[in-house]
Amino acid sequence: MSLLLVVALPFFGALLPGVMNSAGRAACAGVTFTVSLIAFIGLLTNLPTVLAGEVVTARVEWIPALGLNFTLMLDGLGFFFAFLILGIGLLIITYGRHYLSRDDNMGEFFTYLLLFQGAMVGIVLSDNVLLLLVFWELTSLSSFLLIGYWKHLPEGRQGARMALAVTGMGGLAMIGGMLILGQIVGSYDLSVILQNRALIQADPLYVPALILILLGCFTKSAQFPFHFWLPHAMAAPTPVSAYLHSATMVKAGIFLMARMWPVLSGTPEWFVIVTTAGLITMVLGAVIALFKHDLKALLAFSTVSHLGLITMLLGTGTAFGAMAAVFHILNHATFKAALFMSAGIVDHEAHTRDIRRLGGLRRLMPVTFGIATLAALSMAGIPFLNGFLSKEMMLEEATHTMLFGSEWLVPVLATVGSLFSAAYCFRFIGHTFLGPVRDDYPHKPHDPGAGMWVPPAILVTLVVVIGVAPFLVQDFVFLVAKAVIGDVAMLEVKYIKIWHGLVPALYMSIIAVVGGLALMLIYKPLLKVWETTPRPEAKVIFEAIVEAAARMAQSIIHPLHNGSFTRYAMIGLVAMIAAGYHAWTTGTVAEPVRELQAAGAVPIAGWGMLVAATAGLVLLHRNRLLALILIGIVGLMVSIGFVYLSAPDLAMTQFTVEVVTIILLLLALNFLPNQTPVESTVLRRIRDAAVAVAGGLATFALAYHYMLREAVTTPISEFHLANSYKGGGGTNVVNVILVDFRGFDTYGEIIVLGIAALLIYALTESLLNGPVRRRLLNRVPDQPRAGDMHPMMMVVLTRVIMPVVLLVGFYIFLRGHNEPGGGFIAGLIVSIAVVMQYMASGFAWTSARLRYPYHGVIGAGVLVAGFTGIGSWFVAQPFLTSAFTYVRIPPFDKFELATAALFDLGVFLAVVGAVMLSLESFSRLARRADMPDAEFPMDIDPSRSDPPPVQTAELKEGN
Amino acid sequence: MTHWIILPIVLPALLAPFMVLTARHHIGIQRVFSLAGIVGLIALSIGLVWQVSDGSVIYYRLSDWAAPFGIVIVGDRLSTLMVLLTSVLALFVLLYAIGSKWDERGRHFHALFQFQLMGILGAFLTGDLFNLFVFFEVLLIASYGLMIHAGGNARLRAGVQYVLFNLIGSTLFLFALGSIYAETGTLNMADLAQRVTLIGAEETVGIRIAAVLLLLVFAIKAALVPLHFWLPSSYAEAPAPVAALFAIMTKVGAYAIIRVYTMIFPPELEVTSGMHDLWLLPAALVSLAIGMIGVLAARKLDRLVAFSIIGSMGMVMVAISLFTPSSIGAALYYIVHSTLAGAILFLITDLVRTGRGTLDLTAQPPMMGTHMTAGMFFAGAIAMAGLPPLSGFLGKLMVLDAAYSDDLVVWVWAIVLSSSLISVVGFARAGSIVFWKALGTQATVEPATDLSRPSALAYAAIGGLFALLVAHTVFAGTVHSYTTEIAEELFDHESYFSLVLDTPGKLSNPKEAH
Repeated sequence: MSLLLVVALPFFGALLPGVMNSAGRAACAGVTFTVSLIAFIGLLTNLPTVLAGEVVTARVEWIPALGLNFTLMLDGLGFFFAFLILGIGLLIITYGRHYLSRDDNMGEFFTYLLLFQGAMVGIVLSDNVLLLLVFWELTSLSSFLLIGYWKHLPEGRQGARMALAVTGMGGLAMIGGMLILGQIVGSYDLSVILQNRALIQADPLYVPALILILLGCFTKSAQFPFHFWLPHAMAAPTPVSAYLHSATMVKAGIFLMARMWPVLSGTPEWFVIVTTAGLITMVLGAVIALFKHDLKALLAFSTVSHLGLITMLLGTGTAFGAMAAVFHILNHATFKAALFMSAGIVDHEAHTRDIRRLGGLRRLMPVTFGIATLAALSMAGIPFLNGFLSKEMMLEEATHTMLFGSEWLVPVLATVGSLFSAAYCFRFIGHTFLGPVRDDYPHKPHDPGAGMWVPPAILVTLVVVIGVAPFLVQDFVFLVAKAVIGDVAMLEVKYIKIWHGLVPALYMSIIAVVGGLALMLIYKPLLKVWETTPRPEAKVIFEAIVEAAARMAQSIIHPLHNGSFTRYAMIGLVAMIAAGYHAWTTGTVAEPVRELQAAGAVPIAGWGMLVAATAGLVLLHRNRLLALILIGIVGLMVSIGFVYLSAPDLAMTQFTVEVVTIILLLLALNFLPNQTPVESTVLRRIRDAAVAVAGGLATFALAYHYMLREAVTTPISEFHLANSYKGGGGTNVVNVILVDFRGFDTYGEIIVLGIAALLIYALTESLLNGPVRRRLLNRVPDQPRAGDMHPMMMVVLTRVIMPVVLLVGFYIFLRGHNEPGGGFIAGLIVSIAVVMQYMASGFAWTSARLRYPYHGVIGAGVLVAGFTGIGSWFVAQPFLTSAFTYVRIPPFDKFELATAALFDLGVFLAVVGAVMLSLESFSRLARRADMPDAEFPMDIDPSRSDPPPVQTAELKEGN
Repeated sequence: MTHWIILPIVLPALLAPFMVLTARHHIGIQRVFSLAGIVGLIALSIGLVWQVSDGSVIYYRLSDWAAPFGIVIVGDRLSTLMVLLTSVLALFVLLYAIGSKWDERGRHFHALFQFQLMGILGAFLTGDLFNLFVFFEVLLIASYGLMIHAGGNARLRAGVQYVLFNLIGSTLFLFALGSIYAETGTLNMADLAQRVTLIGAEETVGIRIAAVLLLLVFAIKAALVPLHFWLPSSYAEAPAPVAALFAIMTKVGAYAIIRVYTMIFPPELEVTSGMHDLWLLPAALVSLAIGMIGVLAARKLDRLVAFSIIGSMGMVMVAISLFTPSSIGAALYYIVHSTLAGAILFLITDLVRTGRGTLDLTAQPPMMGTHMTAGMFFAGAIAMAGLPPLSGFLGKLMVLDAAYSDDLVVWVWAIVLSSSLISVVGFARAGSIVFWKALGTQATVEPATDLSRPSALAYAAIGGLFALLVAHTVFAGTVHSYTTEIAEELFDHESYFSLVLDTPGKLSNPKEAH
């Protein structure tokens, strides 16, 4: 079967258990088992090729430009691991089916398990380091989900996060390492990288790459100082612990060290780091394991210890070490998975894993006892079991290893580790199974059904078979070891056998076993010493670090983002000024090309008023009405400035805009207090003032600079001036620019205006539908109201003036194309005409006489403008292309008809609609519960006989 | 002359006023029109992408005036890609808005939505800087309208900050445009690119300041630290579908930077060197760090997602600020990823809000549909934190790979990788509190009566976005080679220039002038 299929099957299969959850537990487990089995068989079909020493490959391009491709290869090493993963996976699935209770979501469990399986197979078959990274992180993620599977347990949640953080960190470091390797070699293909030992080791970046990759390996394989996460991952259901956290996932780091062995090992850096870490981990794990009372914790630390052992073997950098490592991986996988499953059985049956509450299970659970004892003895290194063989090889290797210039350091530590290892194995057997039967088990234990004990039994059979007849696996181990070593070193054929003669390793073994038994004899006093010794508690430290990190993050983020807009604006402006200043100081300045003009009296006066009004605004802005008046002055002065600089169009626009905005703002002020409260300290205001002054000076400098200089070539406005009449049919260049040259901009801007009005409306609507409604309706005005709300004089005047203003608007609209004017200004003027009616007779009266809703007017305006633009498509011209012609209707003079006028009509309608809709929205807010809507245009109307109700209440309030 | 290239702007610009005019009170009709419009947009954008996929450029003179005198619309591979991304995102966001009934909670949602699209698409397609300003205005005001859709005090307050900060940006844009016009006398991008080269070394301050101010304008849009302050609360408070749509808004800033600073002020341009090539990359790295630290610091899920947006924009900006073809190619790949992932996370946040009633990161009673939502959050977090197998990881690899030859490579790698770790821890913390810890609390589940349950359509919309994300991952090779081609084209503008500047228009024929 293609390797791609072997990897893909578990991933696709992962969908099935989730989907089939409702079909029952057996179906879930069955389908999972089938999927794994097919993948397993698929793997086995490749066995002959692998045995023949060939490498099976498969390749699908993914991101060739990046060098990340779906390249897989299967050699001895890959096959070995894939075999372990899928084979033990099958046993675990069987076991898990019976282990999980009815309350557990089995579909979810098996989905995660298959995801993990696929990722793990992916790691070991990857021929591309980037692809390997993908699978690497996937195992971290699926392990996160599996550890946190029992979501209600806090240990599960914390363990899951810890595992994810630690292995995730390693994974990220490894990304760096792998990228460096790839850059050195020029390819991310593992098979290419493995050929370039000399190139990599000579590169100055070898050490950083090595460290980063080892970070990944050490975190994954729980090597010191990252060993602490693994015991906390034991919060996962036992099948997960057996599978991920003992047999497979934690071996991923080991696998990678083995895989990269040909290119990374053999240097002093590799030797020192890997061997030291392995040694420390081995001894530390073994010592801690001895004093753990939780069966799974004991096994977890023993796993840590054994992983250390394998790491140390890989660290030595010799071919024999590599072979011993491979052999021990195999042996460890068999006995440790069996032990975990046994621990799970005990937990499942006795409802406790606390070794202090157990004992005497020998009689109650004879089958489990047999399985667990054989496995534990193998781990202790007792002859005729497979653990003995690889441990002997390890000790043998240790005697040849010199670390830090010392000959005895490694052998002694290895023996100490083995000794403690033997001790905790004896404790596991003795304290759980031996001793008298107790009567205080939480649950009466007995042997489980076959579904739970057969899988570990199979493994224990292997333990014994390999232990007794190592020659059966010898060739296979050689094959794998050769795959590890590559062509870097020669593997001397040293047969794996039980009896090597009286070599140092044997003595060390004997010391370890005897010492282990001796430790058991003095266990109680030893435990007391251990319990009184202060030790760092990894979980507490880790949680503290994460909490500290979160607090630190909060102390960075929250004060910075404290919701104060002034602060945000200040930081933003300072950044802008600083960037501008930097650009200024790093650039060059030449002499100005234009002369400074003499300032006349009028401009100086205008300038003075502008400055005075602005300064006054800054000083007096707390009085809102006054502020509005000062803003009005500023606007007016700007309009006059436009007139002075010969831009009548702009001046007219600015002027009418001022009028309309002031009216709208007055309406808005109605709802606001008269005074703005003081919200910031004096110091802060000084700070803000400094920033504002700096910004002002910068703006001044910028304007000064540009005004004295010419553009680098002719500005495009020359073209506009030259062609406005010829191509746009108008003599008013500003208008032609607005509706023709850059009509598309105007189209966008009227849309902005329309949106603004819709926005004000929507805002009002949501206010009126929300809790503010009552407050608004029962609002008590803070200022006296006029007794005569709708004075006759004003009503009459506005009525009389209305047609005049409309006519002015019409005139301005029409003349726009050639003289100052246009749709925008006309729209504003017409709006003012209508606004005056509102002001005179009130909202209710006026809107009752309204025929077209303003939304529609806006919509129509934008549509008219849009369709004018589209109209030009029908004459095969681009959007908004204008056409004009001159017609003469007697007796009038010849006049111009331009499509631009139609566009301008759209502008006009949009402006009218937008202004009026905003006004209407404000007016709706202004209606109050105690104020009846006016029925008549004016309050006092001589032609009406009935006097209107005088609003006395208002008057009293006013006083 | 074909008009396809202008249609993505004109279609929503007609649809929106049409809805305002005729279907103001009929949410059903609005939905139909809005959806139909977006489906039409998608079809259009696919057509446009297809048309330019061979490297050709589509050019359109508005009002028939040729560049630089009138406004031109230019569609190349970069802009059409962004248009396609926007319209596809808009479809799913709109489906969610309909499915979750968000569009009913205020007025004019669909009209504003269409206007918003018009602004975004216009910004991607225009070839004129002032026109870009106009579209920035359109999208700003429309986005403000969408942001405060359905009202509420917190939302309005955030909205004010949003619009004020962006108005500062608009003002700065005008300053920049004024400076550029004063310096060069033109506003057309291609013409500008030509004229900038005429500026001599004897006086560079004018153009330097103009270039920097413009960059800052785009940096505000792209939420680059320290100009990002408008983002966290406004995205967090905005209605979920709106926040999801906003995932593309920050990209408008990124797009503008890519466009302007490869075409008008390219890295090899002498007069503008020694400015943003010095500080843009550090600022981007700080953004990335601040964003991901914010993920860890967040006390509410919506703020967490908002900060992750800042972080992912930091990532995009890191890639952009390297200014090489491979880095811009990586940035474009990452932009697509980050848009989809950001939208997904905001929509999921809304599901959480609906189910739980609060987004506080404290233990709450379990909510309805936890499994589905938790699964989606997990996947969304993987995408955003840049873990395998989703496209975030691939994007990250591309950025790291592209940074290899840069002077600051150590900084880039260290910050990219460690910020990933921080965000992983942050997401894991938040997810574990929201989805797992809930099951540990013994409190009784109160049926959420006032909160309407999202319909299947809402879930389908998120599912659709996920499908896109998966496709973006699976077809990463194709997408990446396409984005790299785009990036290479960006550094070789000749065909763009000759098309835009040499095509005659009304009353002007550049060939005769030469």
